[in-house]
Amino acid sequence: MAQQSKDGVRKQIELPFSEAVRISFQSLRIRFWRSMITTAGILLGIAFFVAVLSGNVISASMSKSETLRTVIDAPQSEGVSAQQIWLVVMSLIVCVVGIANSMLMAVTERFREIGTMKCLGALNKFVVELFLLESSFQGLSGALMGSIIGFISIMLLSLKDYGLDVFRQFPNYILGVLAYIGIACILGMVLAVIGAAGPAYRAAQLPPADAMRVDL
Amino acid sequence: MSEKRVTVKAEGVIKEYRMGGTVLQALKGVDVSIEKGEYISIMGPSGSGKSTLFNMIGALDEPTSGVVYIDDVNLLELSPAEIAWIRCWKIGYIFQSFNLLPVMSALENVTLPMIFAGVPVSERRDKAMELLTKVGLGERADHKPTELSGGQQQRVAIARALANGPAIILADEPTGNLDLKTGRDIINLLKEMNEEEDVTIISATHDLKMLDVSDRVVYIRDGMVEQIKNRAELEIEIGSVEGEESGHL
Repeated sequence: MAQQSKDGVRKQIELPFSEAVRISFQSLRIRFWRSMITTAGILLGIAFFVAVLSGNVISASMSKSETLRTVIDAPQSEGVSAQQIWLVVMSLIVCVVGIANSMLMAVTERFREIGTMKCLGALNKFVVELFLLESSFQGLSGALMGSIIGFISIMLLSLKDYGLDVFRQFPNYILGVLAYIGIACILGMVLAVIGAAGPAYRAAQLPPADAMRVDL
Repeated sequence: MSEKRVTVKAEGVIKEYRMGGTVLQALKGVDVSIEKGEYISIMGPSGSGKSTLFNMIGALDEPTSGVVYIDDVNLLELSPAEIAWIRCWKIGYIFQSFNLLPVMSALENVTLPMIFAGVPVSERRDKAMELLTKVGLGERADHKPTELSGGQQQRVAIARALANGPAIILADEPTGNLDLKTGRDIINLLKEMNEEEDVTIISATHDLKMLDVSDRVVYIRDGMVEQIKNRAELEIEIGSVEGEESGHL
């Protein structure tokens, strides 16, 4: 063990980033089901978001191909798009609230753990780093799975509405859909990190005595 | 132990809590000094401020006014990174509710302070195993805290507190959640560490069994030091205290 007989107090070392990645991965793996539930919150929000937006792109490209045949459909599709905007806004709100709530709970229930880690010599920075990493992993995986589920469900719905035409039109809307999936992944990750950052930062700033007093 | 060195010193420590509009003074100016290698019990009824004092001398909270020194270093003058270093290397903590990380095995819990200290992987595993064996839990290293009894969890906590070879062990009601016999085992284990490793033990408690092993007892009442009794004064009282204890239980 290192020399401690000296009176000089040293600064606590900063742990390498790889150590934080390792611990946060382990922590997610060990509480797998708990983190799955948190991730499911993100997943649902993103699935809804992706479904609504891809639905827009798909129906737009479908109606474009239809207007070539029948012009009668055109005014109807405008009415639909106003409703779609409303749905997109709603899905965003669901997404933001759902993710923020999941992350808030996931961090708050671990205040005591944060206090304990600080007793054992963890720096505030390390605690925050750990939680931001965990939440970004959760955000990203939740958003990826949510995107896939959202896309599959909207494809099934479109299949019901438009029949096999949906597959024929595939090249026309896939780029638009992928763009939305990209946006959704970034959104899910950013929202998860923002949702976790607040409580994690607050818990890390607290003196350990206060953090450990918090009971849920 | 001819030369005695003061390891923890509190001077005029006041701690106030704001409860809504009123200010509650948990500590009203406490002076204590604790020598290296001592086994000190801080006694007092619940609400007397002993846990608050425990937090102050353990660098777990900042006093409203007053100064705490650990090995002649004024805690108020330290940066957060230096405080973290003190918590990591100088002090081992033991709590009434054990505070083990529930998702980690006994071994991983003991390893944690060594991770924060930057000890290499293989070295910290061996050291953790060695400590667990020392507290009698060598075979249960891979068990999660929920699979261990209260007494066993507290042993893991003691092993964890010893991980970085601290000079001071702070124990807040270490026997508070344990039955009589297990509590006695834990006290004996602490005493053993105190004698073998020359670790200073500071324990906030209202467990009378602690008196048997304490070098000095600091009595706290209403946020002030009521009296400090040393070993010799205690010897006289132990008989009556034990009578009282068996009367209670």
